[in-house]
Amino acid sequence: MTWVNAIIQGILLGGLYALFACGLSLMFGVMKVINLAHGDLAILAGYLAVGVIAVTHIPTVWSFLIVVPLFAALGYLAQRTLIQASLNRGVLTTLLVTFGLSVVIENALQQFTSANSRTLGIGSLISKSLHLGSQITIAYLDLVIFGVAVVVLLGLQYFLSSSRQGRLIRAVADDREAAQLAGADYRHVFGIAAAIAFATVALAGIAYGMYTSFTPTSGTTALLLLFAFEAVVIGGLGSLWGTLVGGILLGVVQQLGAQIGSNDQILAGQLLFLLILLIRPQGITTSRRTA
Amino acid sequence: MSAPAVTAADVRVTRSRRSPLWPALGAVVVIAVLAYLPYLVYAGTTSLLVNFFILLIMASMWNLLAGYAGLVSVGQQAFIGMGSYLVLIVALHGTDPFIGLPVAALGCAVLGLIVWWLLSRLRSGYFAIATWVIASICYLVVIRFASLGGGTGEPLPGLPAISNTLLNAYTYWVALAVAVIVLISLYAILRGRLGLVLTAVRDDETGARSVGAQVSRAQLLVFVLAAAGCGAAGGLEIISQPFVQPTAAFSVQWTAEMIFACLIGGIGTIEGPILGTIVFFALQQWLASYGTWYFIVLGAVAIAVAIWAPRGLWGLVSERLHIRLFPVGYWVWPAGQAAGPGWARLRRPRPDAAARR
Repeated sequence: MTWVNAIIQGILLGGLYALFACGLSLMFGVMKVINLAHGDLAILAGYLAVGVIAVTHIPTVWSFLIVVPLFAALGYLAQRTLIQASLNRGVLTTLLVTFGLSVVIENALQQFTSANSRTLGIGSLISKSLHLGSQITIAYLDLVIFGVAVVVLLGLQYFLSSSRQGRLIRAVADDREAAQLAGADYRHVFGIAAAIAFATVALAGIAYGMYTSFTPTSGTTALLLLFAFEAVVIGGLGSLWGTLVGGILLGVVQQLGAQIGSNDQILAGQLLFLLILLIRPQGITTSRRTA
Repeated sequence: MSAPAVTAADVRVTRSRRSPLWPALGAVVVIAVLAYLPYLVYAGTTSLLVNFFILLIMASMWNLLAGYAGLVSVGQQAFIGMGSYLVLIVALHGTDPFIGLPVAALGCAVLGLIVWWLLSRLRSGYFAIATWVIASICYLVVIRFASLGGGTGEPLPGLPAISNTLLNAYTYWVALAVAVIVLISLYAILRGRLGLVLTAVRDDETGARSVGAQVSRAQLLVFVLAAAGCGAAGGLEIISQPFVQPTAAFSVQWTAEMIFACLIGGIGTIEGPILGTIVFFALQQWLASYGTWYFIVLGAVAIAVAIWAPRGLWGLVSERLHIRLFPVGYWVWPAGQAAGPGWARLRRPRPDAAARR
């Protein structure tokens, strides 16, 4: 029964990883930008939520109503300025710039907040859980986060495939020149994509803050960027649905690893990533070799 | 248009615009002064310089990776940590830690080979994060060994039983020697065939492939070399401490430092990381008391340099003065134009020498 429990917890944790991963996946898919500041941005969103709650006294759960739009705006701005400028220089520069951004965010958070760990308290919700039999306990919070992740990823997939704006984003991602000839302003489209990506990062950061405590350096030390990246690679590049599957698989393997020993949780996930890289580098949900 | 045909015999091709004699002499003098330094200054200064040499080695290696082979790694701390631990393992078996240095370099080269085999199918950004994953795996594996100090770390045993001053001086000389060896090998490599391929890759990877350059073989060689260099740097780090703490040894901070030193000095030249390391170190000494502000400023400067001055400080210097301390390219003198002083007795140019900067 403990194994069944581990698998269920893993699936729920996987939802959080997939939520982290979808911004990374989107930015790479559309702009070919790997955002090395991804994990730190999520933590920044967590701190922003802390600040918003302290100022407005709204319930924690609703802090996303302010933080997510703010982050979307930040994403659009960052894309139109820094990231676009580095894109014009080449792939190497985008990596250097986002890495620099990661260092700046992490140290700025350390400077302006304290090094103490924070958490987004959600009152009574945290302790409530669903009991299935005597061994299996599912926290409502985990269930809610998982639900949000599924809705966000599948919603985004639907948005990209069916809406006008989504089709525009895919057109620019597939062939920038052709889309430009057809009258699309690719810089604006990139900005929109970055805004969506940043919005999902903010959601992931807030969810993470409710899930566990965080410090200014959590983006690096909690390996958020790595987990997001692993979910993307395991699921297969360029497929949001695959990212969800990848995140869930990563979560399950981590939780199973945790059953072996408390130190094995992360290692099990990393080894799964290496294994996938070796035997199926295109990811488990895509058939074409794209990596 | 019937310009008189210029044959290979008419043009002179030299390695640099000016005579390489003065930079070479300067390098010898600098190394001699540095080697004599332990007799002149306190141990504190030499310890600081040991850290300088370690960063210099790392920055040069990262420059080789990113500046020449187009490989961005944010996981070089894997090799720094493993280098430290290999020296520790050698020392725990009763051998002199200094003998562990070549072991660390060699072991990391082998590890680099394995990592390359795993990651070579990933492109740019994904390659970058995957190297970080490798570093995380190395850390997670190392802390499982209680005999290596587990998660808390371990002091380095077996250092020669001599006075602290002497040990400091020894460490300093060894670090200087490793740094000099790394720079000389880098120079030799970049002047040779591999260097030609790498420079072509740096300037235009697709173009290089199209004329038959074996790009992936060159990248493999560079990755293994960089792994070995970072391994040696990690070995020096544990000897200079002398202890190892796993979170610090495998910290991404190392990679941040090498990237910043490289970026500020200028990517894609041998001189860049040297200048960058000097500037980085000066800034660190000057601003260290400001703690996190130092890294905020450094990160912002790195972003600005990457976008607006991608050739770094050295790029600014060499553009204006046409100086190359380590000329790895060729300089073509048009027919009839005398070469500069120092080039009186010029060798006949090789007919196949390609003009490149």
